[in-house]
This record gives sequence, structure tokens and C-alpha cells, in this order.
Amino acid sequence: MAGGRALPILGQAPPRQESATGGPTAEPMGFFTDTTLCIGCKACEVACKNWNQLPASDGGVGELSGMSYDNTRRLDGIHWRHVKFIEQFPQPYDGRWLLMSDVCKHCVQAGCLEVCPTGAIIRTEFDTVVIQSDVCNGCRACIAACPFGVIDLNPAAGTAQKCTLCYDRISVGLEPACSKACPTDSIQFGTIAELRARARRRVADLQAAGVSEAYLYGADPEGPLGGLNAFFLLIDEPEVYGLPRDPKLPSRNLTESAALSTAGAVALGVLGAVGLRKRRMDEQAAAHGEPDAPPPGAGSPAAPPAGPPRPPGGSSPPGPPPSAGGPPPPPGAGGAGP
Amino acid sequence: MGSNMAECHPVAFRWPMRAKVNGAKIVHVDPRFTRTSAVADLHVPIRAGTDIAFLGGLINHVLNSPRWNSDPFFREYVLNYTNAATLINAEFRDTEDLAGRFSGLEPFEATPFWAYDAFVGTYRNDTWQYDRGGGAPGATMGTQGQMAAGRPANTEQSGEAPGGRPPGTPGGAGQPRGAAARPPGAQRPAAPGVPTSPGIPGGLGAGFDPLVRSLLQPAARTDPTLQDPRCVFQIVKRHFSRYTPEMVELVCGSPKEKFLKLADWLLENSGRERTSAFAYAVAWTQHTYGVQMISCCALLQLLLGNMGRPGGGIMALRGHAAIQGSTDVPTLYHSIHGYMSHPSALKKHDTLYDYLTTETTPTGYWANLPKFMVSYLKSFYGDNATPENDFGYDWHPKIVGDHSHMAMFAAMADGKVKGMFCIGQNPATSLNAKLERAGLRRLEWLVVKDNWLTETATHWYTAPEVKDGTVKVEDIQTEVFFFPSTQIGEYDGSFTNTQRMLQWHFMAARAPGDCRTDTWFYYNLGKRLKKLYADSTLPRDQGWKATLWDYDPEPGTEPLYPGEPDARKLLRELNGYQTGDPSRHLPGFAALKDDGSTTCASWIYCGCYPAPDRNLTASRVPDPPGRPGAQLGWGFAWPANRRVMYNRASADPAGNPWSERKRWVWWDGAKWTGYDVPDFGATTPPTKPANPGAIGLDALAGTDPFIMMADGKGHLFVPTGLVDGPLPTHYEPAESPVRNAIYPAQQTSPVLKYWKRADNPLAGIGDPRYPHVVTTYRLTEHYLSGSMSRWLPWLSELQPEFFIEIGTALAEEKGIRNLDRVRISSPRGVIHAKALVTNRIGVLDVGGRKVHHVGMPWHWGWMGLSTGDPGNTLTSFVGDPNVSIHEGKAFVCNVEKA
Repeated sequence: MAGGRALPILGQAPPRQESATGGPTAEPMGFFTDTTLCIGCKACEVACKNWNQLPASDGGVGELSGMSYDNTRRLDGIHWRHVKFIEQFPQPYDGRWLLMSDVCKHCVQAGCLEVCPTGAIIRTEFDTVVIQSDVCNGCRACIAACPFGVIDLNPAAGTAQKCTLCYDRISVGLEPACSKACPTDSIQFGTIAELRARARRRVADLQAAGVSEAYLYGADPEGPLGGLNAFFLLIDEPEVYGLPRDPKLPSRNLTESAALSTAGAVALGVLGAVGLRKRRMDEQAAAHGEPDAPPPGAGSPAAPPAGPPRPPGGSSPPGPPPSAGGPPPPPGAGGAGP
Repeated sequence: MGSNMAECHPVAFRWPMRAKVNGAKIVHVDPRFTRTSAVADLHVPIRAGTDIAFLGGLINHVLNSPRWNSDPFFREYVLNYTNAATLINAEFRDTEDLAGRFSGLEPFEATPFWAYDAFVGTYRNDTWQYDRGGGAPGATMGTQGQMAAGRPANTEQSGEAPGGRPPGTPGGAGQPRGAAARPPGAQRPAAPGVPTSPGIPGGLGAGFDPLVRSLLQPAARTDPTLQDPRCVFQIVKRHFSRYTPEMVELVCGSPKEKFLKLADWLLENSGRERTSAFAYAVAWTQHTYGVQMISCCALLQLLLGNMGRPGGGIMALRGHAAIQGSTDVPTLYHSIHGYMSHPSALKKHDTLYDYLTTETTPTGYWANLPKFMVSYLKSFYGDNATPENDFGYDWHPKIVGDHSHMAMFAAMADGKVKGMFCIGQNPATSLNAKLERAGLRRLEWLVVKDNWLTETATHWYTAPEVKDGTVKVEDIQTEVFFFPSTQIGEYDGSFTNTQRMLQWHFMAARAPGDCRTDTWFYYNLGKRLKKLYADSTLPRDQGWKATLWDYDPEPGTEPLYPGEPDARKLLRELNGYQTGDPSRHLPGFAALKDDGSTTCASWIYCGCYPAPDRNLTASRVPDPPGRPGAQLGWGFAWPANRRVMYNRASADPAGNPWSERKRWVWWDGAKWTGYDVPDFGATTPPTKPANPGAIGLDALAGTDPFIMMADGKGHLFVPTGLVDGPLPTHYEPAESPVRNAIYPAQQTSPVLKYWKRADNPLAGIGDPRYPHVVTTYRLTEHYLSGSMSRWLPWLSELQPEFFIEIGTALAEEKGIRNLDRVRISSPRGVIHAKALVTNRIGVLDVGGRKVHHVGMPWHWGWMGLSTGDPGNTLTSFVGDPNVSIHEGKAFVCNVEKA
């Protein structure tokens, strides 16, 4: 183990990890991303890259992905914001186009932080989760530990990187670059308490206006991972957006793998197990109706929310319509890391 | 409609989204389901190019709806504020009478000096005029051919289209009802939130008053019962009577139930308590009848009482920064600053007196034209402009026809243009791109000023025809100069946004290397030309010698870049000042005089910089939150810092707000007041009767809100100003797979522009070789021809390659899978792209025939990081007869797997 931090591999993670930045603990801050207001302009992606000086893939020279208007494809070490384009059109002109700006969830119980062997990943006074590039040794443990597929190596730096919730900006009272650039306030920044209240009002308004399928993903402090400090308003199943229905901590996964957890717990072993568990978790998430799945909104977990018709399979990942590009990739794959 | 606002104006789309959160409904009518449709409450598909049939359907639906006929608001608004009651000449014949043509159609005869005007026909509009009683039809023209409206269309403005000009009389004048060329409501200057002295200064200056008075004509006859078959209301009703929901479905392919849902929402959301707005962009202009599309929308909005009121109107979404500015202070060929007609060799413009006689409308605010023009000439020629020499009018250049983009490139391809300054354009990837590049190759010299080596800067060694050996580099004799350019954050200046708002911007960073601003370029070019002609005795060079050209920074002030002029001095020139004392800025255009005592380059900008220490364009004072207001302290919106034009119409004829909810500007018993700067005589009471014997605003009644129009009314029927008809009519695009279902005998506009030449062929109706409708557009991720985005890695990775979008049905038919490489062809050329197969675009049932749509973003070229074939290889040189813009939104193509 390179770092001084003990890995909480066994047992429950503490409800809230302590701030490690040394400064006075501020109020928890985060993002509320209201996908019903997203226009898919990608200003968040570009503003993020601009502020954080992240390179484009292959210097900007690339190929069309064929996945609707999404050509950056995923969150990774150089894409800390990523806009998903989910086409749901059973018939020409008849359907909907879900747009969603995805980002690191800044989990209250963060798997990446748990598994980081060097202590590079810390919880800040804003309750956000930040990777310190100068401490990271590029071991990739966090990449596998993230249930959302958020983290990857930044090839330019050789270290694991992800959204910092613009720690450098919010430390001096500025808004993060992405929410600042968002023209429609789909991405909102603020204290978690205020954002949750605002989000609940928005869901109520939408439901009153007939959008009965609107619900919040990750806004519940009693929910998975103690709640997400970057949470979302969605109008379809989580898997449709490439989000796991029931994201889990690697520590919780590992309690089931007694053999591995009692072994020497060398980093490599942890990695393998976590990776395996993550895949299985994704598969589980893809299958509907897990017993412990969070109910979408106030509705029953068993009943899919009412809404516009969807293609066969109950969800439509980003990509071409089924008839165009062969069988669709498995549901839930949209947000997974490499 | 005609706009993909979320994608192409994402920052402005903040406001529709906020309105949506507050309960507003957004409807998107478009051939594609776009990012705008994604957040709309309703998307209605429409066949590209059939918007007039759709809007005409809405007009017909509104006029026959129980709500419109039972709510007295609509009748009160239409009767008082539009020309619905005005009688039209008895000789007028509608398209319904003449199988798709209006009365007055004649062959177009080209002038001897310029062969590039390209009209396929032309209208004489004598019979479209108001009935002014007495006299035979055609004798209602007034003394100088001056019409009811006020301002001409562009081509009429330039003189190439006869428009309202009967033979033997000077040029006509009129104004498009809602079109791009329309100048603003305008009338009195006011600082934000500051009460002003009574509006129109006591009458017009003495100098040209007799001239203006001589142009008066008798008042038009009206029928306030709206029953006379010759009144505008009845003509409009008859004209659109066949535009039923079934016809809309037949022509546009729009499902009837979606059309009716939109129609009902629109009706429900219009009236005393509520207003609806339309937003359009170039998808309504780039047609052979684009001006008529906008005009049709204006007609509808007038019928619904949505003009001049908060939350109403028609939002013209223009370019992101200064496209509005580039027509206000124009880079257009046909107009000079402030939407005055460019002096033209084709019109009776021989002297200043002739020009003013031809161009001035005696009633309404345009009666002040002599003041605007004389102040403009003073700005041009300074002390050299005197009453004795017509204020230097003879030095001013004149035009000889259509000098717009397509006309000039057609001439260029014929070897008739020597040199070109290409700044902010990329013609090597522009319309009928092979033709434009052929034009570029005939130039003796070409100056490109841009951020990167664009396709235009490098065409002579990188163009496809050079690469494939068809054209040899050594055969291109053009001398090409490249000047690296600054970006907007690298200098001080103002830009004018789509709301006519001037906002000052400050230099944020120094430009790299030797990059220079456009102002630097033109300022120093002008200086060198003045020096070049300093000793010339040739008459044609005297204008250069007489031109006032001094915007150097004050001594001791460091320029931003070596040789850079002072941007504040340029703004002062636009704002205007007392002649002889540039430190005495003019407070507003009511201060302009026609005797040379005021100097003002652009009358509409007058008041933006009313004192040396008050640059209102730099003002950033928002209204306090939670209170209604017009944000008058934020920037400066011309005219006179008004935010809603013609806002007198936000009050009822008696001057009271139509409703508390829609309160904006109202009469308080002594003056007009409200949240906005009133667009009306400040103390003109609502009870003031019209005075047909007076000039200017004195001629209009206290209930005439549209003060830039000669009769103060919103025009449902446009007697002058549009060269292609007084009413919008459905025609097919120049290329269409189907026949005109409304007028089978008249497929296309009888007066459109077509540059007929071997390198610009068109497909015939339903040509089986080109069965699909193709529409072009922009993506959020790139800008225009890509010359500001395809070189940027962060933007290029977002859209890395050229693609087209096709529906699943077409893909299946042609065996094309997602990401397959396809070949797209039109009569002008062939290009290749990857196919994005999607159900966001598809097939429409048009009169029993399946019409596939092909979507084609046109950002690409072969330079930069994100590359691909220029989509414009497929477009043609056909254009709108009013404004000469091309038809890029609806033409035909074929798609095959490559």
C-alpha cells in the first residue's frame, strides 16, 4: 500500500467520509442536472475542457461515432462532462430525443475514494470528491471501483482524472465552468440542500404539468451511496441513460467474495474483483426489477413509468435506431467506462 | 418555424426555456426533429419550403374560427391597427383570379450595363395600390409614384426591380410587411428610463419641407365594416380560403391533427390576456419566396393582435454577433446606413433633390429622410459637404444593379470582376461551390483576412479540381494575399445583436502575432487610398479626396494595435454630433437637421452615445428582479433604446393597456408612459385625428401605431415594398419533386431570380434522377462554413466529420446502413458523406406521394481538423426576388450507397 489510508474493504463505509482538505468544512455543494432542460449544446463539455485545459481526443481529428450526435462517447480522463443523446423513435418523427449531460456523481460514499491506495482521492470541504493528480500513481483501482464508469486515465498526464466540481473555482466563490456555461440552466450548481429542494419542486411542477414520469436520481440521502452530490432529474428508467439502477460500493460488493477479501488484498486482486463485480452489477442493473432498486420517482418500482412509447426492450441506448445499425448495444452500456 | 433555435442560437434559447419552465408552450415546425424539437411541447413535421402553405392554413383557420370571430379584441385590433379596412384598386387581380399570378406581371428586361439581375419576370404594382378615390385606376399613384407603404424591398431599393415605379416616374417606395429589410419604428430619443421632452420636434426642418409636402397624395378609401369586397380584409380572406387543413396536409405533408393542435394552441394563446411569438432564422429567408414567408407570418400575427405587444411579434434570429449590425451599418450593396436606399444609377437619383424626391415617404416617420440623408452626407464628407454642392451627393458612389453575392460571383466567373476582399466569408465552399471557385480563379487579386488558411485562401492549390488535375495551379493567375485576423475578444468595439441591441465589448486578450482587426484593415486601406488619390484631378477621384477619414486615437493615447483607430470615435460618428464640434454628441435622432448642422453616419444609432462620458452601449444595469420592465439600462437598442417596436399597439385605441397582464406602454392622460420607451409621439393623444394634409407623424392619427408606415397601419396587404406580390402565395421551390397543388399552372414564383448558365442547371419538376428533398442547416458544434470551428480541437471532436441524415425508410430502400459512405448528387455536383440513419428525419406523404427528406449540414470543407466535402457543392444560384438570397433550404438530390 503506497498511501497511509486504510482501505475500508470490509464492513460498511461511514455514512459520510471526512473532509481531507484541511480547510473549514463548508456546506456540501453539487450539481442538479435537469435533463428536461438540456438542449444538447455541449457547452458544458467545451467549458469544462477550456477551464481544465483538457485535450481533445486525438487532437480533434476523429471519426463519426454514428451514435446520434454523440461523438465523445463517454466520460473519461479527458472528458469530465459528457452529453448523451438517446433517440427513442419507433416511427419517423414520432418519439423523443433524450438529452443528458453526465458527470462525476461526487458520491457521498465514494467507491473510488475507498479503493485509492495512495490517498490521491480525497473528500473536500465541499463534500466533493477530487483526485489529486500529483499523488495519483495511475494504478487504475478507482477506475474499476466507480459504479458509473466516470474515471479514466488522462493520457496526457498518465494519472486517473475526472470532474473536480471545479474545486479551484468554487474555492474562490466561482461557479463551476459547466454550469456557468449552460445556457438553459439544465446544469445547476449550489448547496445540496438548496438543490434538492429546488429539484423536488421541479419534479412536482413537471408531474402537475403531465410529465408523470419525472423523478430524481441520486437525490435521496437514504438511497444508494448515501446520495449523489451530482444528481439528476430523469424521465425514463436509469438504464436508458446508462445509469445503474442500484449503484454499489466496491466494499459492499466484496463482502460476498469472502475468498478474495480475506486474501492478501493486493491491489491487483482488489482490482480484478471490483472489475468483475462491476460488470455483474451492470448486468444486474440492466435487468429490470431488482428487489432493492430505487423506485423511479414516487411510482412503484415494478411498474415502468408511463411515457412515450419506446423501442422493444424497454430502453434505447444512445445510438442509431435498431433498424439502422444492427442489434443495439446492451442497455446500460452507454455510461460504462472502458 | 424556420429556425432551429436551440441548436443555432443556444444562448438566446435560454429565454424560451425559461418561459417553458414558467408554463409557456414551445412548438417546433421543421422538416427534422432537432434539438429544438427535443424540448418542444409539439413537433410538427413539414416538407421543406412549404411554410407559406402552412402559415396560410393558419390564417384561414384563424379567420374562420369561432374564437376569432367572437372575441371583440381581434376585430378591434385589426380594424384600428391594420389596413384591413382599406380599399384596393378595382383593377387588382389576385392569384385566385389569375391561376397563381397577381395582376401586373411583365417580362423582365435587363439593363444595358449589368447582366446579372437574373429576374425571370417582374411585376408592375400599379393595380396593387390603395384606392384613393377619384381618377382612373393607376392614377392613384400620387404625384411622384409614392405609395401607401413607406419603404422599398431591397431589389427595389437598388433600382434593379421596378417595383412600385410606373414608367416615367421615379422609383417607388414601400416596405415589406415584416421582412428583413424593414426599418424600425422610430421616433424620439430617450435615455433609459428618463422621461423625454415631447416627441417629434415641432415639425420638420424648413429646408426640404416643401419637397416632402409635394409628395402628399389623397387619403385612401376605407370600409370600416370590412364588408366591401375590395377591402383588404375581404381580399385576404378570399386569397387564403383554399388553404384548409386538408390542403396543408396535401402540400406540406404535415399531419392534420398536429396542424390543428398547433392552430388551436396559437388561437388560445392570443388575445387580450396572452400573446404568442414566432421565431425564425435563415430557414425562412433562404428561399425564392423567403421574404413572403416572413410577411405571411406578420400577416398572421397582425390578425392575432400579437404585434407591438410584450411576448408577441416575430423574432428574426440573426447571426450571433453583428449580422444585425452589418445591415444597420451596412455591408449590403443596396442600402446605406440606417436602411436608406443606396443611390442608384437605375433610379431618378441624379441629384440630392431627385434622390429625396424619389425616396421620401411624405407621411409617417420616414418623412424625415432628408434629415437622415443630409446628416449622413455630412459624416461622409465633413466640411466638404455644403448646401451649395448638394452636401457632396455627387461624390457618392451609385450602383447599377444587383451586386449581391450570387450576382457578383456570376460576374466573377465571367471574368468581369478584378479583385475581391474576402473577409468573414468562405466562398470556396459556398453556393454551387464549383461555380464560385471558378469565379475565384478568374480574379486578378484576392485578399483573404481570416483566422486560418481557409478553403478560399488555399483553393488555388487545395481545391478538388486542382487535386484531381482538372485545373492546373500554373493556370491560375490570381495573386492571393492572406491577412491573419483578430477574434472578437481581442479588440474594443460594439456589436449589435438580434434584438437590435448594441453592446460594447472590451479587449480581453491580445491577438497573437501580427493579427489585426477588420477596422484596422479598412481604416488603413482608406488612408492609403486617400493618399493615392491626393493629387488626382480626375472627377471620379474627387470623392476620395473629399471623404472625412480621421479616427486616430487622441494624441498621447496608445492604440490597441499599431495603426488601430479609436473604436469610440467610430461609435461617435455613428451616433452623430453637432457639425464642427465632435464633443457635442447628439442626444437622439429627433435632433437631426437637414441643413448640415448635424453630422450623423447612421440615424438609427443616434442616441447610443449621447455624451462623451455616456457610452450607453457599455451600460450593464439590469432591472431589479421580480418587477416587470424592459431592461432599458442594459446596452442600447435602436431605435431610441426601444425594446418592443410599435409598442403603441400594446395599448387599446383609447390608450389603455389591453390587459393588466400584458401592460407595456399606455396613455396616462397627458403622455405615453410605461416600462418601455414609447414608440409614438410622446404627447400625441389617442384622440388625435389623422390629418391627410400634413407631413410626417402629423399626418397620422393617435391610433396609428405603425409609425414607419405611411398610413401608420400594419399591412395585411402590401401595396408596395415587395416585388413579388402584395400577399404571400404558395409556390414550390425552384427544384421540387412535386407539382404546385394550389396553383398547378404556376409552379414557382413568377419573378424569382435564376442565374441561368451552363454551370448552374436546375432539375425539372419531379425529375426522377433527383427524387429526394434536401435541406441544409447548421449544427451547434460548428459555425457557418467551419472557418471558426473546424480548426479547433475541442469543437472538431464533437462533430469530427461531414455527414448527412436520412430516414430509416430511405436507408432501407437504398440498402444504406448507419455510418455507410454515401454519394449525394444534384444537377450541380456530387459529394460524399457518411450517413447517419435516424427516425428524426423521414418520409412525408405529400399528395399521395412519399417524399424522403435528406438533411445536410453545410459546415465542411477540406481544410482544418474536421473535414468533409462542402455541402454547398449541391446548391444552386436561384434567389429571392426581393433580397437576392439563395434557396438553400429546399432543393432536390439523390442519395446512393457509395
